[in-house]
Amino acid sequence: MSFIDITGLKKAFGPVTVVHDFDLGIEKGEFVSFLGPSGCGKTTILRMIAGFEAASAGRIAIDGREVTRLPPAKRDVGMVFQSYALFPNMTVGENIAFGLRIAKKSAAEIRERVAEMLAIIKLPDLADRYPWQLSGGQQQRVALARAIAVRPQVLLLDEPLSALDAKIRVSLREEIRALQRDLGITTIFVTHDQEEALSMSDRIVVMNEGRAAQVGTPFEVYTWPKNRFVASFVGTLNLLDGVVVDEGRLTLDGREVTVGRGLAGRRAGETVTVALRPEAVTLGATATGLPGTVEAVSFLGAVVRVKVRLDTQVVTLDAFNQTTQRPPEPGTAVRLVFGAEDLLVLGEG
Amino acid sequence: MKRSTLGSWISVAIGAVYFLLPLIATFEFSLRLKRGVYSFEAYRIVLTDPSFQASFLYSVVLALATIVVGAVIVVPTAYWVRLKLPKMRPVVEFVTLLPLVVPAIVIVFGHLRMYNSQSILPLTDSSFGTDLLLTFGYVTLSLPYMYRSVDTALAAIDVATLTEAAESLGASRTATLTRVIFPNIRAGLLSGAFLTFAIVIGEFTFASLLNRPAFGPYLQLVGANRAYEPAALAIIAFVVTWASLGLIQVFGAARKGSK
Ligand SMILES: Nc1ncnc2c1ncn2[C@@H]1O[C@H](COP(=O)(O)OP(=O)(O)O)[C@@H](O)[C@H]1O
Ligand SMILES: [Mg+2]
Repeated sequence: MSFIDITGLKKAFGPVTVVHDFDLGIEKGEFVSFLGPSGCGKTTILRMIAGFEAASAGRIAIDGREVTRLPPAKRDVGMVFQSYALFPNMTVGENIAFGLRIAKKSAAEIRERVAEMLAIIKLPDLADRYPWQLSGGQQQRVALARAIAVRPQVLLLDEPLSALDAKIRVSLREEIRALQRDLGITTIFVTHDQEEALSMSDRIVVMNEGRAAQVGTPFEVYTWPKNRFVASFVGTLNLLDGVVVDEGRLTLDGREVTVGRGLAGRRAGETVTVALRPEAVTLGATATGLPGTVEAVSFLGAVVRVKVRLDTQVVTLDAFNQTTQRPPEPGTAVRLVFGAEDLLVLGEG
Repeated sequence: MKRSTLGSWISVAIGAVYFLLPLIATFEFSLRLKRGVYSFEAYRIVLTDPSFQASFLYSVVLALATIVVGAVIVVPTAYWVRLKLPKMRPVVEFVTLLPLVVPAIVIVFGHLRMYNSQSILPLTDSSFGTDLLLTFGYVTLSLPYMYRSVDTALAAIDVATLTEAAESLGASRTATLTRVIFPNIRAGLLSGAFLTFAIVIGEFTFASLLNRPAFGPYLQLVGANRAYEPAALAIIAFVVTWASLGLIQVFGAARKGSK
C-alpha cells in the first residue's frame, strides 16, 4: 500500500459530480502535481485530502491510517494556499510558531524551530515583521514555513505561485522543490501551469473533468500522452489526421510515413489522430522527407517556429536558431524529417 | 466650483449652528448657578451627589456586562454565519435590526410579561434577576450596532481561508476563534463596544420601567426637580458619549495605519 492511498474518491455538489472515482497512490517523499485546466476538480481533491471538504464516497488513507472522516486538525496535513492566508494579527515569527503553540511545544523548542524555519526560507531577519510588510513572495515563503514547522506527514499546496510575478514564480518553484527534497516531505502540488508541473514533479496527474486523464513522470506524460486531452494540454503539439495503411504505416495528406507503434489492432483505411511535437521535426534537404511549403516563420529568439503546409494540414516545427543558417522564407519548398517513434497514435478521450 | 464650495460652507455652518448652539447655550446656562458669576458650582453639586455616583457606577457596570454578553453572543454567531451559512446572512442581519424597529417600551413590556413573578422564570422577583433582565434587554438594544461592527470587521478578513489555515495547523474551533478571529476583528469589536457603552449609559425606558437605579432615570429625576444641575448633567453625558465616539475613531485609525 502506498503512503497516501486514495481509492474510489468521489465528490458531488448537489446534482453535479465534480470528482469521479479517483484512485491514486503516492509514495513517501514523492512530489506529485495535479495538473489540469481551471474547474477540473484539482482543488476539490486537495481539500478532501486536507479534510476541508467531505468526500461523497471513497477512502483516503495516510501512512496506513484512514483519515476520510477525520477533521482537518487531526490529519497531520500541512496546507499552503494561493492567497497565503497568513494571520494578519501575528508577526512572521508568531505565524510560524502558531502550529507549535497549538501543539503545546516548549518555549525553547518553539524558538529553535522558528529560527530554523526562517533560515530554511532564507528570511532570517524578518521574524518581527507583520505579513502586510512583506512582498507576495516573502509571504508565501512564510506560509510554507508555517505549514512545515509542525512537520506534517503530507504537504498540500494549492496553486501557491499563481499570485506571484513570473520571475519570483520561477525562483520560488526551484526553492520549494529543493526544500521538499531536503525534508523528504510527501507533497501534492496543484497547478494549471504545465511548465511548473513538468519542472517540479516526480509524477504528474493530468486531470480532466474530475478524472485522472494520465498519471506518469513528466517525461512520460510529455513524451507519450495517452490521449488527445493530455497531448494538447501538456506542451504544444501538432495534431494530425492520418489514414492507416497497415501496422507500421499510415498516410498524412496522401503521403506515406512509417509509424513506430500504436497502430496494432487498427483497420486499414481507418482515420486516426497522430501527435507530433514541434521540436521533433527538422527541416531536411534530403529527398526522403515529407514535402511541404513554408507558410509562416516566427523568430522567438533561441527558437525559430516554422509553419509548414503539407496539403490540407499544417505542421508546426521548432528549430534552434543557428548563426550559420538563416530562417527559411515563406513560400520555400522544404522537406520535413522526423523519426518513426515521434509519431504518436492517440487513443480516444 | 466657487459657488458649490460656498454652498457647502453655508450648509456646514447651518449644521454647526443647529447642533452647537443648543449645546453652547446649555453649557452657558449650566455655569450660572451662582448669581452674577460663571462657576462650575452645578458640576460640583452633581459630581458630589451620592445618587449621581451610585447611578453612574451602576450604569457603567451594566454597560460592561452588556458588552461582554453581547460580544460572546454576536462574535461566534457572525463568524459562523459568514463561514457556514452565508445564505442566512440577510436573515440574521434583519433580525439584529429589529430592535431599531420595535420601540423600547414594547420590548420592555414584553420582558415584564415574560419574566414577571407569575412566570416560569420570575426574573423580576429579585433585584439581581432584574439586573440580569436589564442586561439582556440592553444586549438586544445594542444588537444592531454590535452585529454591524463585528460583521464589517469579519468582511475585511478572509474568514474561511484563515479558519482553514488554523485548522490545518491543528487548531480547534475554539482556538481558531480566540487566537485568530477575535484578534483580527478587535477594532470592529471595540467600536461596537463603545457604541454599546454610549447607548447603555443614557438609556431611560428599560431602567425606569424595571425600576432600577440607573443613570438614565437619575437624569430624568434631576431634570424634573432642579434648574442648573440638569444642564450640567447633559453636558457630562455628552462628554461621555463623545469620548466613546472619539475612542472608536482612535482605534479605527490605528487599524487603518497598520493595514
Ligand atoms: N463549494 C462548492 N459548491 C459547488 N460547486 C463547487 C464548490 N467548489 C467547487 N465547485 C465546483 O467544482 C468544480 C471543480 O472545482 P475546483 O476543484 O475548484 O477546480 P480547480 O481547482 O481544478 O480549478 C468546479 O466546476 C466548481 O465550480
Ligand atoms: Mg483550484
